[in-house]
Amino acid sequence: MAEPFEPKLTAFVCNWCTYAGADLTGTSRIKYQSNVRVIRLPCTGRIDFMMVLKAFSRGSDGVIISGCHPNDCHYTSGNYHARRRWMVFRDLLDFVGVDLNRVTFSWVSAAEGAKWAELVNETTNRVRELGPYKEVQQLAAVGIE
Amino acid sequence: MEALRNKAKELLAAGAVKVVIGYGQGTGDSRRPVFVHSADKVTDLVFDKACTQNLATYLTKSEVRAMGRMAIVAVPSTLRSILQLAAEKQLREENVVALAMIDGVMKDLSTFDAIEETVATVPDAISEADQKVIDKLMAMSSSERRAFWADELGRCVKCYACRSSCPMCYCERCTMDCNRPQWIPVASHAIGNLEYHVVRAMHLAGRCVQCGTCGAACPVGIPVHLLTFFAEGTVRRQFGQKGGASAKLDYAMSTFKPDDKEQFIR
Amino acid sequence: MSDKYIISESGVGSLIDAIGKSGRRVLGPKEVAERIEIAEIKNAAQLATKGQSIVSAKGTVFPKVERLMKYKYEGKNIVLDDVDPNAAPTVLFGVRPCEARAFHALDVVFNWDYKDKFFNARLANTTVVAIGCTEADASCFCTSVGSRPDDPQGSDILLSRLKSGGYLAEVNTDKGKALVALAKDVFQPLPGVADLVPAATVAPAFDAKVLEQKLAGKFDNPVWLEQSLRCLGCGACAFVCPTCVCFSIEDEADARRGERLRTWDSCGLRLFTLHASGHNPRDKQSQRWRQRVYHKFAYYPDRFKTLGCVGCGKCSRACPVDMNLKQHLAQAAEG
Repeated sequence: MAEPFEPKLTAFVCNWCTYAGADLTGTSRIKYQSNVRVIRLPCTGRIDFMMVLKAFSRGSDGVIISGCHPNDCHYTSGNYHARRRWMVFRDLLDFVGVDLNRVTFSWVSAAEGAKWAELVNETTNRVRELGPYKEVQQLAAVGIE
Repeated sequence: MEALRNKAKELLAAGAVKVVIGYGQGTGDSRRPVFVHSADKVTDLVFDKACTQNLATYLTKSEVRAMGRMAIVAVPSTLRSILQLAAEKQLREENVVALAMIDGVMKDLSTFDAIEETVATVPDAISEADQKVIDKLMAMSSSERRAFWADELGRCVKCYACRSSCPMCYCERCTMDCNRPQWIPVASHAIGNLEYHVVRAMHLAGRCVQCGTCGAACPVGIPVHLLTFFAEGTVRRQFGQKGGASAKLDYAMSTFKPDDKEQFIR
Repeated sequence: MSDKYIISESGVGSLIDAIGKSGRRVLGPKEVAERIEIAEIKNAAQLATKGQSIVSAKGTVFPKVERLMKYKYEGKNIVLDDVDPNAAPTVLFGVRPCEARAFHALDVVFNWDYKDKFFNARLANTTVVAIGCTEADASCFCTSVGSRPDDPQGSDILLSRLKSGGYLAEVNTDKGKALVALAKDVFQPLPGVADLVPAATVAPAFDAKVLEQKLAGKFDNPVWLEQSLRCLGCGACAFVCPTCVCFSIEDEADARRGERLRTWDSCGLRLFTLHASGHNPRDKQSQRWRQRVYHKFAYYPDRFKTLGCVGCGKCSRACPVDMNLKQHLAQAAEG
């Protein structure tokens, strides 16, 4: 019998807020679905917008991006720059036909262990519903003789 | 056109400029960029409705700059490119004179302030035809759009005519040329083409003057300019900042407001 | 000596059908949204009979992206996967005689000091049916490079339009004969002399032999800077060109697997000759432009006894700043 589809999620999170928040989720023994692979960066300002597209092209079915709330960035303004980038890139991704339902942006602080769990669970359920995302990944085999 | 040629002649004869970058007769009915160095050759310059290519890309070409002070025949988008190049410290005011051609009238502009003033009087909108295509695309479903771009970008051969013709793509080491790591694939397969064009659009967001020269340059007819137009359009709409408005840098992607508004971050 | 036949208009359609049924794919110039592309041809109506494709048909033997090999890690071991060339049997139908000639210029490089198995596998499986030109445009210059609009060189079958409709078919090679065998009733015997629509008139703009001689003394001539001032240094001319053969090899890999790809490259791009030391012997566009001309018109004849150009004019049409090769070469050949 074929195994039911389990989505692969990639999460790009900042070290100081969301990663710490995810840690808190764990130490609080809050259970959440384990489909997410967390990639820790110093700050959301470090996130290159192409990381989202590359996550999809390497097999992710969904992408989460999360960092410090505005005004709380460990590096003062990294998340403000990130927010600007996402406002432009998100629309561009939509324009070229990437499914925005599979990309989730959030601010999760170091104290928001419960929010992280809720975010991951909701996203996992949503992406499981949407099914596997092969469209970008399949491009990797197109155009090579 | 006579006013243009006379001005060019005057500037060259006096040695005020060493080269006039303008449009000349091309193959058949086309126009091509020309470089006039001496006053007796100003008859090589033409100007009419067919002169639409943004020539500002030559203002950062080393062989042209090396000649000395430049005059450039400038359609409105070229004027905006000059301002953006100035804002990004790629052009000095004393090195360039714009021979602006607006509604068939020539105006010589030798200061960035004068160019800013002139540009403010010219309507700045993308063509109806292009807006129609963008609207049509946005009315499609996400997967229809994906199919559209897969089809269009499938023809891309990574010749970089788009990049080379763009005045704002002046980086000596483009992100495509950096290979440790090779962030965007060089090859012109499907993912390589998508990633390149998406990156270029993002690198132009907030800097693009929406001249459309990239799309016109594409030898295989891909409307790549729609991607840069779209990214620039998002910046204008969201942040009220735009490429080519001023010689003072106001770059949306390196600035921010603490209360930038969005609806999608939970 | 080639075999001559007559093919009717409907015969062309039957021939294309027969080729398709034999398991070969038919590729040819097809009009798509006001452009002409080399694409799959399912029936004769799809063939563009005026003009030429923007990008040449060289992609059938030298694709823009080609996989040369793959590997993956299994534990600590590397497993190599030698890739077999994906050489689908192909008939190029309806290309111009200039395009047909171009395969020779590719062949001399791909079989020079190393026999390229990928190119050779694809070439062996490609049959070229060219259609002679009854029209030309301002960018064409086949007659300046030793050819003409009805040149049979390089075609396995050359079709020439008859005044009464249909074509004269000249079958030049065994590959061509193999196509005849697929659809014998399409190839009718020739009743006397064929009354052809005259071939296009393409006035020679220069003599390639004279140009080659002049180039010997013009290496440091200011003409290269003059002509190349407007050149943007993109790769459009090289990539649409049927004889341009430069390529790059790109390794695309992650921690677990990788592949080696061959991609088109262009000597017009600034980093083409960048050395690992940081030195770039062709750092200026004028040097790269000069290289393009010399490579095709001086070094090729010297080394391979053939020109690196067939005068198709695709480069000039594709160029965003109207670098008109015919004009520039004519200028270089004078004085």
